Amino acid sequence: MLHIVNKSPFERNSLDSCLQHAVKGSAVLLIEDGIYGAMKGTQKSGTVEAAAKDLKFFALSADLKARGIDQDRLIDGVEVVDYNGFVDLVAEYDKSQSWL
Amino acid sequence: MSDAKRFLYVNRKAPYGTIYALESLEVVLIGAAFEQDVSLAFLDDGVFELVKDQNTEELGVKNFSPTYKALGDYDVNKIYVEKESLEARGLTIDDLQHLTYEDEDDDWAEKDSIRVVTAAELAEIMEAQDIVLSF
Amino acid sequence: MGELNVGGKTVAVDEEGYLENRDEWDMDIAKAIAEAEGLEMTDNHWEVVNFLREYYDEYQIAPAVRVLTKAIGKKLGKDKGNSKYLYELFPYGPAKQACKIAGLPKPTGCV
Repeated sequence: MLHIVNKSPFERNSLDSCLQHAVKGSAVLLIEDGIYGAMKGTQKSGTVEAAAKDLKFFALSADLKARGIDQDRLIDGVEVVDYNGFVDLVAEYDKSQSWL
Repeated sequence: MSDAKRFLYVNRKAPYGTIYALESLEVVLIGAAFEQDVSLAFLDDGVFELVKDQNTEELGVKNFSPTYKALGDYDVNKIYVEKESLEARGLTIDDLQHLTYEDEDDDWAEKDSIRVVTAAELAEIMEAQDIVLSF
Repeated sequence: MGELNVGGKTVAVDEEGYLENRDEWDMDIAKAIAEAEGLEMTDNHWEVVNFLREYYDEYQIAPAVRVLTKAIGKKLGKDKGNSKYLYELFPYGPAKQACKIAGLPKPTGCV
């Protein structure tokens, strides 16, 4: 399963809820305001770092750049993808779920 | 300016994900024509609005972050950023744009517009206003 | 939504005559818009129009009249940084008319 989160983890519980329901081997793609969940050194980083043991995390480059969040601010292991990478992920996983 | 009212614009949303940040900025610029006593507060995800080096080229939407630099020209020079909100997001003032204004009463000396304040200080700033507008 | 034809080139303008796409602007288009406004472009007009374009490039907005007046005064001198001078150049309003000629959107807050 590919989970897609587009809400800021500081404002909504979308990311928390997603992580509670994502099973081992799933992927989590962070887009739009969801990319703030990929930042290290925040109040939310610990949750994502712990989840990253069982899940693969991705963040969309266009949304990172728009918000001025440089790649070196991201939690280790978060992979940055462009729009083509987004499409590849959707094709790679059998289904996807958006946490709006 | 004695009859000027104290206006505070409260910004609590990240840019681009929703329209609030841009709407707030536009209202501030329009409202500046009325020469009131204007302050801006950035807290919660609103602190992300001021993060420097925003580049929306790939996203294909207008990058409105350079417009914050024009606020000084509009005599909007009291910009409060909440310390706790920065810390929760792993940010410091060095991650934000450097915003300045020229002080008319001090031979046009260039001064910093941004002041980092605690939640308690911001609460007092809110209490001191005539009108609070939330975005 | 309308069109403006200048020397074989066609550009899209909105119902009030502002360019839809700022990147299509050139000096011939500026002259054509000015002509439609009944203005002949002099060096003094160009000075203001070029200033507006530079301001937009830096801040991504067209400045309000008050801000424009102050900024022009700072850059080009006090004799030009006043509304009398600017209204003589652009009788229908420096921000509104000069912005149109400069190919910028209508200034924020201008109705």
